[in-house]
Amino acid sequence: MNAKLPAGLLVTALLLAGCGGNGQSASSATPKVGLITKTETNPFFVKMKVGAQQAAQAGGLELMSAAGKFDGDNASQITAIENMVAAGVKGILITPSDTKAIVPAIKKARDAGVLVIALDTPTEPQDATDALFATDNFKAGELIGRYAKAAMAGKPAKIATLDLAPGITVGQLRHDGFLKGFGVQEGDPSVVCSQDTRGDQAKGQTAMENCLQKAPDINLVYTINEPAALGAYTALKAKGREKDVLIVSVDGGCAGTKAVQAGQIAATSQQYPLKMAEEGVKAVAAFARNGQKATGYTDTGVTLITDRAVAGVEAEDTAFGLANCWG
Amino acid sequence: MQAPLPRRLISTPVAGPLAALVLACLFFGLNTGQFFTGPNFSLIIQQVMVVGTLAIGQTLIILTAGIDLACGAIMAFGGIVMTKLAVDSGLPPLLALSAGLAVCAGFGLVNGLLVTRISLPPFIVTLGMLNVVFALTHIYSDEQTVTELPALLTFLGQTFQLGQTNVTYGSLLTILLFLLFAYLLGSTAWGRHVYALGNSPEVARLTGIRTNRLTVGVYTLAGLVYGIAALLLVSRTGVGDPQAGQTDNLDSITAVVLGGTSLFGGRGLVLGTLVGALIVGVFRNGLQLMGVPSIYQTLITGVLVILAVAVDQLSRRRTR
Repeated sequence: MNAKLPAGLLVTALLLAGCGGNGQSASSATPKVGLITKTETNPFFVKMKVGAQQAAQAGGLELMSAAGKFDGDNASQITAIENMVAAGVKGILITPSDTKAIVPAIKKARDAGVLVIALDTPTEPQDATDALFATDNFKAGELIGRYAKAAMAGKPAKIATLDLAPGITVGQLRHDGFLKGFGVQEGDPSVVCSQDTRGDQAKGQTAMENCLQKAPDINLVYTINEPAALGAYTALKAKGREKDVLIVSVDGGCAGTKAVQAGQIAATSQQYPLKMAEEGVKAVAAFARNGQKATGYTDTGVTLITDRAVAGVEAEDTAFGLANCWG
Repeated sequence: MQAPLPRRLISTPVAGPLAALVLACLFFGLNTGQFFTGPNFSLIIQQVMVVGTLAIGQTLIILTAGIDLACGAIMAFGGIVMTKLAVDSGLPPLLALSAGLAVCAGFGLVNGLLVTRISLPPFIVTLGMLNVVFALTHIYSDEQTVTELPALLTFLGQTFQLGQTNVTYGSLLTILLFLLFAYLLGSTAWGRHVYALGNSPEVARLTGIRTNRLTVGVYTLAGLVYGIAALLLVSRTGVGDPQAGQTDNLDSITAVVLGGTSLFGGRGLVLGTLVGALIVGVFRNGLQLMGVPSIYQTLITGVLVILAVAVDQLSRRRTR
């Protein structure tokens, strides 16, 4: 027993020494702003954090950040909200992992006088947060739908949709927007295969392989994001089909935009996470200064990126896309 | 030289974790103004009560030298069953709640039967069950979060005043559960049998303990505890969430290990598990108050686990 106590003490001492270096920033008359993303590792959220950090520095705020362990990790986001409120933040910027389940926790934070802004993904209901700074995901889908319609030039379409996951609004909005832009209804016989990918390249590849087994004559692939699109490309290439299948996507990450430049993806709708975070932090800074709360929806913009522009659909080329990409 | 059983129970390495917890509290108290407040401690307990309760069941199973990878999934399913039956099927809330608890206990029972009757390793049984229950949760919930819950299901999230601090009923229930299981394991014949089974199933059997029945009972009881964790989760978040619990199996094992319970069975205290869960909660809360990003919390938790097992191994070597 006596021998064990020092072991525990040693363990703790080591740890405390290890994280002691981070303690300096704790002093604060500077107002704090919290950023809670879905995960810590997705480049989209990494970029968002960079934008928040820059804006916080410029606006004289201290940034606290936290994230879930996986996409859909509601419990960790609730814990982060609580801890940030306890730390006395003025405002919280959150990308909700579960758009409904996070609402009660957000309500508690707002009741405590904290400004809460949703970034990228709206809560359900949307007015559960003070404001929303996000891409119009329906429009992002619609743009690539219209592009695909024009690019197919009247050829009968056999469509695969590589979706996100059930019950997640962003994925549903992009999917619905794509169908609307392409001019078909949900359940149209031209959509021959629909699979969930969780926005993951390996799962996107598997999904595409299975879709090709089911319907070898697929000639148009809608993907929820570029990792899924690249997975689909790999599957198509293995079948020697990469030249005659049109892949469209959403996100505008740097790797994805390069894939558009290389012709692997025909077109993508680019969104701007840096801007979402910047505007969010600015809104919190304004709230800290004069108590003025941001409200409503701010569209942070979406641009169609392609090097094979089609008539009637506004687009920028990949040079523009690479200059503005994230990740 | 082998010490008598009661002395060995006392000498489980819970002193180390407790010292770590106290030092961590001191450290965060010195570094952040907000840490040492009643409301913040209340918050930490609320944040660890779900994983802590799961970890009670996990402790029982690990004491028998088993492991449960399905606990978080079983909890998530229990939560969906309670909320969906009450909200969508319009069952009386008490009935819906009982059904949720029963379903969780049922999965525990099945795990226990598979482990004993077919002699499958607990790791394999619960790994399979993890996937089965995860899928059932998503199928049954239709991937939908259940909202607008009846008061009974969120009651444990309500608070009462303790001095200046609001404490949730759920926190109170969690502490009571820990005390109950500390009593059951420490002061009843059943508890001594559980330790004996974990130390050596063969010896336990030869001393007349009906080991199969005991094992099935432990898994079933653990399942029931996961059902209570489901109720705590539902009351905390105010929703039935099919995505819940996905990493809680590992988090509960983390709490057990940090609390000084041996993964090889037969040694450990359930109150150590409470300390283990609190260590994780205190680090997460304290580091967040200091503005340290959450990826460092993951890093530190990982280091803590390895150190805890290392300490366990070293102390085992010494007692041998």
